[in-house]
Amino acid sequence: MTTSSLPSRRDEAWRYSDIDAVTAAWPLPAPESIIVPAGGKFARAIVQDAGDIRQIELVLGKGAAASLHVLNIGGAYGRIELNVILHEGADFHLGAAQIGGGEQNLEIVTTVTHAEPGATSRQVVRSVLGGTATGTYLGKVAVARDAQQTDSEQDVKAMLLDRSATANAKPELEIFADDVKCAHGCAIGELDAMGLYYLQSRGLPPGEAKKLMLQAFVAGVFDGAEDEVQLQELALAKLGELV
Amino acid sequence: MLKIENLHATVADKPILKGLSLSINAGEIHAIMGPNGAGKSTLSYVLGGRPGYEVTEGSATFDGQDLLDMEPHERAAAGLFLGFQYPVEIPGVSNVQFLREALNAQRKARGLEPLSGGDFLKLAREKAGLLKMDMDMLKRPVNVGFSGGEKKRNEMVQMGIIDPKLAILDETDSGLDIDALRTVGDGINAIMRRPDKAVLLITHYQRLLDYVQPDFVHVLAAGRIVKSGGPELARELEEHGYAEIAA
Repeated sequence: MTTSSLPSRRDEAWRYSDIDAVTAAWPLPAPESIIVPAGGKFARAIVQDAGDIRQIELVLGKGAAASLHVLNIGGAYGRIELNVILHEGADFHLGAAQIGGGEQNLEIVTTVTHAEPGATSRQVVRSVLGGTATGTYLGKVAVARDAQQTDSEQDVKAMLLDRSATANAKPELEIFADDVKCAHGCAIGELDAMGLYYLQSRGLPPGEAKKLMLQAFVAGVFDGAEDEVQLQELALAKLGELV
Repeated sequence: MLKIENLHATVADKPILKGLSLSINAGEIHAIMGPNGAGKSTLSYVLGGRPGYEVTEGSATFDGQDLLDMEPHERAAAGLFLGFQYPVEIPGVSNVQFLREALNAQRKARGLEPLSGGDFLKLAREKAGLLKMDMDMLKRPVNVGFSGGEKKRNEMVQMGIIDPKLAILDETDSGLDIDALRTVGDGINAIMRRPDKAVLLITHYQRLLDYVQPDFVHVLAAGRIVKSGGPELARELEEHGYAEIAA
């Protein structure tokens, strides 16, 4: 995924990007490289709140486990790019939320390669977008020829607060093995009007009602994070700006 | 307390209420009965301010304030409670969190201090007990996975916690078995039968009225109240059907 020349919108992984912002940031620093040795464990929370482009390459050795929690909320253009390689029996979990308003353009782009048998990956991504913001998830799961018993899941949902906001979601599978389980689900919607009315009928002002429903929408992605409380609070504060 | 005069309302440009008038004083329990499609639920939603229910003529005041000019949450803060015929499921939002925030939003609108977590739980436990509802259900997401009867019970627990002045209960009896009907009836009496409160019960059947004795019964047909009387009217309806009475 590492790009050596300035990408354009013709590159699939940059199709929805703010190319002007990418150009301004070019050349990008080398991606951060994280190697989790066989049997090791790794966990990290990433909060993108300043309009950065972050690229991370993560290699999980045999039986290693990594859990990433991502909150993508800041700057005119914020991009988080993960390139993950799973060796035998490794386990990768991503819980991500991106919340944008105004003219923000936020993206999460992942490539998860199941290079050897028996690895598991699960990605849960929630986007909340208002104004004319754009939120993109491009997620590729690649399963190598002999990576049997792969178990992968992509669960992607986006909530649009205004008809002028845009959500792009592309779960993508590239499978060369024949005994694998690769689930992917994707939904883009609006807040349930009847639910909002129900909450308001009990006394919640419209903004509070929306915030409560949106909080519930993103809350699950941070389950199990070490910094769960802090991530929830940051997400809630950002949601409060949008409603 | 509630004064409705010549109310006309449309849903998706279709006239449903066609000149409905009704006056409810503090301390009274009124029942509105009527055939399917008469406009009973429309009346409850119009009074509750549901978007899409448009008032084209007439007025409704609540304690002298123009009810129709208020947002749904303002109506709640003023003391109006709407018991839904089909309570809405809200995944991920716990009953307890939702009700505490709702109650405190109402208190704030009335210039009162918010209730602390401990005080709120005590109140919630008491009202859940009154309706024989397991406290664990209050911690679960709002109405998610609840049976029809549990949802109606949950509505009444909410009513107990919120403690409104006027409750409009839209077919709260539908979907209840005999035991639940008695529990819900007892709950309505315990929470609402007070000199400073009033209830508008909307129902198809006499059976809820065996537990919650109304002071007045009205028959709603084709968007208007066509007949009013005492509790005996409900029994007459049960015996002879709407067709004869509404004719």
